[in-house]
Amino acid sequence: MALEKIKEVKGKAVYVQGNDIDTDRIIPARFMKCVTFDGLGEFLFYDVRKDVEGNDKEHPLNEPRFSGASILISNANFGCGSSREHAPQALYRYGFRAILAESYAEIFFGNCCGLGVPCAVASHENIKKISSLIDQNPEIEVHLDVANSKIITSELTFSVDIPPGAREALTEGRWDPIAELQEAEQAVDDVVNELGYAI
Amino acid sequence: MAKNLFQKVWDAHAVRELSNGQTQLLIGTHLIHEVTSPQAFGMLRDLGIKVKYPNRTFATVDHIVPTDQREQPFSDPLADAMIKELAKNAEEFGVTYFDLASGKQGVVHVVGPEQGITQPGTTIACGDSHTATHGAFGAIAFGIGTTQVRDVLATQTMALGKLKVRRINVDGDLKPGVYAKDVALHIIALLGANGGIGFAYEYGGTLFDALSMEERMTVCNMAIEGGARCGYVNPDDKTFDYLKGRPYSPEGDNWDEAVLRWKSFASDPDCEYDDIINISADEIAPTVTWGVSPDQGFSIEGVIPDPSVEKNENDRLSVQEAISYMKLEPGEPIKGTKIDVAFLGSCTNGRLSDFREVAKYLKGHKVSEGVKAIAVPGSQVVDLMAKKEGLDKIFSDAGFEWRAAGCSMCLAMNPDKLVGDQLCASSSNRNFKGRQGSPTGRTVLMSPVMVAAAAVNGYISDAREVFSI
Repeated sequence: MALEKIKEVKGKAVYVQGNDIDTDRIIPARFMKCVTFDGLGEFLFYDVRKDVEGNDKEHPLNEPRFSGASILISNANFGCGSSREHAPQALYRYGFRAILAESYAEIFFGNCCGLGVPCAVASHENIKKISSLIDQNPEIEVHLDVANSKIITSELTFSVDIPPGAREALTEGRWDPIAELQEAEQAVDDVVNELGYAI
Repeated sequence: MAKNLFQKVWDAHAVRELSNGQTQLLIGTHLIHEVTSPQAFGMLRDLGIKVKYPNRTFATVDHIVPTDQREQPFSDPLADAMIKELAKNAEEFGVTYFDLASGKQGVVHVVGPEQGITQPGTTIACGDSHTATHGAFGAIAFGIGTTQVRDVLATQTMALGKLKVRRINVDGDLKPGVYAKDVALHIIALLGANGGIGFAYEYGGTLFDALSMEERMTVCNMAIEGGARCGYVNPDDKTFDYLKGRPYSPEGDNWDEAVLRWKSFASDPDCEYDDIINISADEIAPTVTWGVSPDQGFSIEGVIPDPSVEKNENDRLSVQEAISYMKLEPGEPIKGTKIDVAFLGSCTNGRLSDFREVAKYLKGHKVSEGVKAIAVPGSQVVDLMAKKEGLDKIFSDAGFEWRAAGCSMCLAMNPDKLVGDQLCASSSNRNFKGRQGSPTGRTVLMSPVMVAAAAVNGYISDAREVFSI
């Protein structure tokens, strides 16, 4: 099955401020009691969005002006902690198609890439500028040009960093590696035998 | 050319370069559990694929299993369904499953080593970020997401970019009352929760030479809390002694051959590293966290930081957010902070040596009134051995509930949870907001002996004073 070539993501953006936003915060563990990822979107950032009675708390995702945003903006070490893919799955199912942050935890980055969600890295200064821009103008269209590693808006344009391997995998529609991994069956058998793993 | 262990293991397991520049890496051993595997098996079914090497995957149940009620059906129907799903998947795909009746069930990172499945010079993957634990044996062990669990099941390989290697030397001896957990927390506080991004950590130096295998596991376990994808210690005679005679360890002539092979993976003496950090063991104090990230930690003598002195805006916000969540006041000492719950266990500190060390001091003491204290062995094997030594009795006499094996209150997916804004002195690995099951629950990470000291006093304490260490 041919995968979508993800060359760009365009849409509204929302800024969730903070360093070290961990995957427990993105999706609390109690919502992982499921055998499919369906339905995780509604529990995204649940404990920071909702109080114990389930009423909305103050949170950017609860603000109507940011509804429908497809690009999430945050700060350093986004997605740290647990390796749970439930976190990127919840972001995706909520409607996010790209993330822009100062840095990412590696397992999270890899998990996003495997779902076709680009994670672009921007400087602290540029995160500050774009977050203030969307605060003033939440409707502004943010355009992540994956192929050219750029953020483009009508008022602000800057370069972002997407590691070349991830960028090509996204833009060429090879972000799910399973088909390529399956091609090398004989080579895998050879390495298994050479290293003496009991099979 | 001289190579470090990471490079040797990587090169030996590299199948080929993929079109995106990543490496297709053979995963020698795959460990799975009930929470991050069901979707992966579902994907295999959708694709019509079998598990390529069923004998290279081992399953157990740890994350959601209750530690009190052990007979199915469990009171939580979702937990019951997930455990049934794992049993079904293991049977259908031919994977070895250490279930509750096996006597081998437990936290996946405790089970792998104690069964001898974890071996030096191998690659290991598991859908759990604390997989780095297995690095204590000189394995390169990766925590992975569910789509990658699928990749490993389907192909015994995964796509990965090569990491840089940072050597962390810790030389000298730990002071009395300072433990491997303190070494882990100290390193994370020093280098930051994101300090290890892009790196594998090689832990060495005279301290690591002296640490037991279980202590090495405690430090490697928390590599991920410092941002490192994996952490390891070079294999040595302690490693081989630990593995000898375990159920999945090689036997007879195969044993001698295996030891030779394992030794060959150790870092060459003149190899290079991308970075080197030197730490003196005697600088390390009993360490506790005060915030909501594992790098927000300091000595037990520490006082809560003042956000207003932070220069960087994000740092200021992080400190402010942390102390407001933790309900702590700037300038106040952490020592003396009242606790509600004491948790001993987890893949960080749920091994026999942890319970032995605590029992040594806990004997004759009582848990403070009003503190709920639970001790959760990391595996059924740990449970059995602890009971043989009468450790469970020492804990229950002191007022701890001695539970059955599982992850329990480390991530609170089972009924063991904090309630409201309870504060927990915890031997686990994460102090994230809501981590221990209540959206407002508070966690202070520390060594097992420090947890016992807090349980006895009812407030965060210096174990050296409480137990005259």
